[in-house]
Amino acid sequence: MNFGPLIFLGVFFTMACSWFGMIVVPQLQIGGQQPVKLEPTGQMYPLPRAGSAQQGAAVYRANGCAYCHSQQVRQEQPVFDVKISDLGTNAALVAEVARKIHHSVGAVMPGKTVWRTFSKKEADAAAKSLVGAGAKASVVIVPTGADIERGWGARVSVAQDYLYDQPILLGSRRIGPDITNIGARKPSAEWQLWHLYNPRLVSTDSFMPGYRFLFREVMRRKDAPPTLGALDKALVAKTFSEPTGEFITDIVPAPEAVALAAYLASLNPDAPLFEAPAPVPSAAPATNAAPVVTP
Amino acid sequence: MSAPQTLPQNSPAEAEASCRLPLLVFFGGAAFWLVVASVLGHLASIKLHSPSFLADCPYSTYGKLLPAATNALLYGFASQAAFGVALWLAVRLGSVAVPQPWLIAFSGKIWNLGVLVGVAGIFAGDSTGFEWLEMPRYAAVPLFFSSLFISLRTLITFHRRTERGLAVPQWYLVAALLWFPWVYSTANLLLFCHPVRGVMQAIVGWWFVNNFQMLWLTPLALAAIFHFLPTLAERPLHSRYLALFGFWMLALFGGWSGVPASAPVPAWIVSVSNAAAVMLLIPALAVGLNIVNTLRGAPKIVGFPGGPYCFLRFAVCSYLVATVAGVVIAASAPGAVAQFTWLKTALTHLNLYGFVAMAFFGAIYEILPRVTGAVFCGKFICAHFWLAVLGTVIHVGALGFGGLKQGALLGDAQMPFHEVIKTSLVFFRVGTVGELLILLGNLLFAFNFVGLLVKCAKKCCGQQMSCCGAAPATAGGAR
Repeated sequence: MNFGPLIFLGVFFTMACSWFGMIVVPQLQIGGQQPVKLEPTGQMYPLPRAGSAQQGAAVYRANGCAYCHSQQVRQEQPVFDVKISDLGTNAALVAEVARKIHHSVGAVMPGKTVWRTFSKKEADAAAKSLVGAGAKASVVIVPTGADIERGWGARVSVAQDYLYDQPILLGSRRIGPDITNIGARKPSAEWQLWHLYNPRLVSTDSFMPGYRFLFREVMRRKDAPPTLGALDKALVAKTFSEPTGEFITDIVPAPEAVALAAYLASLNPDAPLFEAPAPVPSAAPATNAAPVVTP
Repeated sequence: MSAPQTLPQNSPAEAEASCRLPLLVFFGGAAFWLVVASVLGHLASIKLHSPSFLADCPYSTYGKLLPAATNALLYGFASQAAFGVALWLAVRLGSVAVPQPWLIAFSGKIWNLGVLVGVAGIFAGDSTGFEWLEMPRYAAVPLFFSSLFISLRTLITFHRRTERGLAVPQWYLVAALLWFPWVYSTANLLLFCHPVRGVMQAIVGWWFVNNFQMLWLTPLALAAIFHFLPTLAERPLHSRYLALFGFWMLALFGGWSGVPASAPVPAWIVSVSNAAAVMLLIPALAVGLNIVNTLRGAPKIVGFPGGPYCFLRFAVCSYLVATVAGVVIAASAPGAVAQFTWLKTALTHLNLYGFVAMAFFGAIYEILPRVTGAVFCGKFICAHFWLAVLGTVIHVGALGFGGLKQGALLGDAQMPFHEVIKTSLVFFRVGTVGELLILLGNLLFAFNFVGLLVKCAKKCCGQQMSCCGAAPATAGGAR
């Protein structure tokens, strides 16, 4: 192989192949992705972030938070739950039909899962037989996996979730926990700000460094009025140590910290999508019930 | 300043001397940035197990130290060393003098300026957020144009060769010099100038990171290995056809891998990427077989123990180990387990330090005495070798095992997250020790470089020769 031009052409061709296959084709496939309309509510998904959250994303990027926190939930094989919402008129027949589905099926109660299986086909057949017996039965697709069991997300993360992320901050290592749905896990801005100031104040076992440079510490006399914008200490009453004497410290978040907290609060991709079904939350949304304070 | 020789009838020694100035700029800058990268990397590594260390300063968050260290290493050290090795190989194998060497040296200075601005930009909070591309746009522009110019001048030098037959290293260097501007400009255009949306950004980012390793640093490290190992051992290359096969396999499959196992992208992209990672075993085996057969019967140590020969042999071993580990991760269940853990980081370090950096160290220790006429102190080179080997093995081993354990524990949802991190701490600590050894080795490298410059300067003054008039000017390293 003594021909320079031959090498040049070969090198050009191989690079063009990789460029075409890994850049052009994916761009043609998913580059033109648009927000979708969600079935039940008619809302568009995803929606662009609010202005303050966008500023917060810039703070997140600039300080390199993504080097410790990933934003991607993985899932293993989904399971299928056969659920009964109403037993209908003949409860005994329903119970009998349910017992025939599988030997593991126990008592049948409305609103409870009758049977869990890995096969969509089996679940559909079981639901059909229950409906035949007069009950109102449905199949719910439940995503599983360690990430989901840890509560890091209701479902797997898909391309649609990141449509408005510029730059996308997936992260590549979990030195800290995944924060895909931190907005649902810790909805309180106050909690986020205290956590940024000193994580150990609100989460005893945290290894995260505090970002005190995003805050102002103001000393004031105990009888003086609190500093404007200072954080409420109710959340950290047990852990925050005041200086001795007649002074106390007020912690005032800088605009960057407030924006960052707004960004974190905005992180909650939980809309059920065709490619990533999520179990429809029954009754009250579970997210609001999440504990706000972890002592 | 040595006069540019454009006559084609240069003697080989004169030809090599013509690239002295650009090489001193490249290798001096590389030594400087290597030390910067290791110091920053070491600080970042300490912060992993002592989060309150340097925590109150906005410029020393882990998220700034780590990308600054990575970029200094990739662009400051590895890329500059690659430019230097490519230029020298083009000159040496083509028996041709560099036309206007000062032009390349000047571009090298621009490149260094770009790296400096980029690293400063990361500390100032202008990081772009894309791994290995963190340097902001205002630094990427000088980097791109200087690299384009350096590549072009090196290819012109290559084109003017008087030795028409092409040796194996020349294929690699031509390919890498064509690939780099393409890869770098595509990534920058699609991420910053005409940004793509959503996960397409991540795909472009992974493509870039993979190609930066596989199609830029790897080919030039292999070029150094294919030139120096047979030359030093004084053996002919075992098989040119095997080398040719390995080269085209790398070209064909090198640009396709790099997408993590469970990325939120269409599944075929992950499959293609994993398949390509498995296929990369072919070029690695071709290189390994070729080198093993070439060196069969050759003495274990050429020159002195721990010399350039040892650096290059260690580089080949690391290349093979890193490729095999990459195949295991791509082709099996551990791949999904290893995502988001330290295992991938360990492999990247093995590739960058164990393979690429070691190959370049060996090459630089061979090249510099030839172009300056001064000699290195063998003892210090040997000490550098052992520090680097020990540091790499400890660092990569600790992070690798830590990553496997982290992956297994993360998969167990009953294990609270802070417990997972607690069990990783011991690995972080051991990894920091490894990194400290690497840092000491890198300091020795910079020390060796400065020592060579001093010797060279003394020789020039003592013998009144126009040996290296430009050398003292670059004694300060990059800036």
